[in-house]
Amino acid sequence: MKFRRRNSAFAIAREAFRHHEGWQRTWEDRPLKPKYDAIIVGAGGHGLATAYYLGRNHGLRNVAILEKGWLGGGNTGRNTTIIRSNYLQDPSAAIYEKARSLYETMSQDLNYNVMFSPRGVIMLAQTHHEVRGYRRTAHANALQGVTTEWIGPERVKELCPIINIEGPRYPVLGGLWQARGGTARHDAVAWGYARACSDMGMDVIQQCEVTGIRSSNGQVMGLETSKGPVDCDRLGLVVAGHSGVLAEMAGFRLPIESVALQALVSEPIKPCMDVVIMANTVHGYMSQSDKGEMVIGGGADGYNNYTQRGSFQHIEETVRALIETFPMLSRLKMLRQWGGIVDMTGDRSPIISRTPLGNCYINCGWGTGGFKAIPGSGWAMAELMAKGGSPLADAFGLDRFREGRFVDESVAAGVAH
Amino acid sequence: MLLLTCPYCGVTAEETEFAPGGAAHLTRAGPGEGDDALEAYLFHRANPKGVHFERWRHAYGCGKWFLAARDTVTMEVFGTYPAQVSAPPPELIDTIRTKRPGWEPA
Repeated sequence: MKFRRRNSAFAIAREAFRHHEGWQRTWEDRPLKPKYDAIIVGAGGHGLATAYYLGRNHGLRNVAILEKGWLGGGNTGRNTTIIRSNYLQDPSAAIYEKARSLYETMSQDLNYNVMFSPRGVIMLAQTHHEVRGYRRTAHANALQGVTTEWIGPERVKELCPIINIEGPRYPVLGGLWQARGGTARHDAVAWGYARACSDMGMDVIQQCEVTGIRSSNGQVMGLETSKGPVDCDRLGLVVAGHSGVLAEMAGFRLPIESVALQALVSEPIKPCMDVVIMANTVHGYMSQSDKGEMVIGGGADGYNNYTQRGSFQHIEETVRALIETFPMLSRLKMLRQWGGIVDMTGDRSPIISRTPLGNCYINCGWGTGGFKAIPGSGWAMAELMAKGGSPLADAFGLDRFREGRFVDESVAAGVAH
Repeated sequence: MLLLTCPYCGVTAEETEFAPGGAAHLTRAGPGEGDDALEAYLFHRANPKGVHFERWRHAYGCGKWFLAARDTVTMEVFGTYPAQVSAPPPELIDTIRTKRPGWEPA
């Protein structure tokens, strides 16, 4: 392992004087070893965070993170970067709030600027059902120790002057305000974790597709990959939309269906909105990036697919609804559109669980809202893999479906979230 | 956008005229079966990356439920057929086998 120079204001000044020739690779490119103590499949945010906390919190450093494509090229690089923890159910609030609080210090922890911007998130109430629902959530959050507040339409207008609160069809009746929510730079989260993992001696291996899982007597022995076979003592599957494909290799089924969720960004404009707005009734959410683009999240496709593309009619639905609430957007051109494959569970809550294979663990089912959970998810998954259980993960076991112990956020939010 | 043909009224239309209804050919866990069977029926899905049999409803048309075979990667629709069957018609299986060599029904 080479000596790692720390990122700092001093480093920027130093490099400015020598034509920026001293920057190091963010993570090392190493070959696959024949055996690891633990292998994580999937080098997205959740997989990398799992590996990072395995090393940092549990001292497990002989770890490989395998990635089929490129690092952070799945949903980690395809989301709308919103971070919030205003969930209704206690287990959800606990893990998302853990994640949000870890985001606050992530840049310092990783010595890598993830540009966490706690600019505040408003979830708009545009029907009376939503008003009741969000008031209830605000009360639940107060009991959970998550700081949120129910605000009226005037306060919404004050926080976000470009909003039209008197829309004839969907007037803004108020909102659930989480002042400490916000956004972060999604790629930087993956890169920062990869850099920290690499510095701990872990191997981050890209373009290494898992083609088979070898097991014996109910235990995983190792993996077949496109870069050759590899053995492991513990296996963590953290592959989001492709969880079903890997579960099939491991010989079990998951309560998950994969659909495409899409997002789009507009041309860059001057700063006009310094909060994140989510409008669940019309199903659109929006924030303004540091480059000035309006980042817009849309709805998920209604049927299974693996296309990473999204559908035209959902763009139309989302944009049609948004320009009613934000009339000034009507002349904006849209620059890019993309889709990611999200893994939806029946109760819209994630799975962080043991599996029918003894030393194989799975972290999936984050559906349409995984980015905000990355550090909390990695924290809980690492604890589960190292100790066999985790207080943050216990409610999210696979057996909850069989036992009817849902963490039902689908009813709580009324939409995919 | 998908183009689907309703096997009842014969109309071919864009997917916005239809409503998706999840995986097809699920067999309800019957009386006397254990928790495993009920869990599998309610929650476990094949979620294949490839050929998928699924339910659709001609929501803005004749209103009938029907079934379709579609590739979840290429979005190709192999065919649609009435819902009153417990397995896909053999002709459709043959069509898919021709187009996707190596594929076998689960």
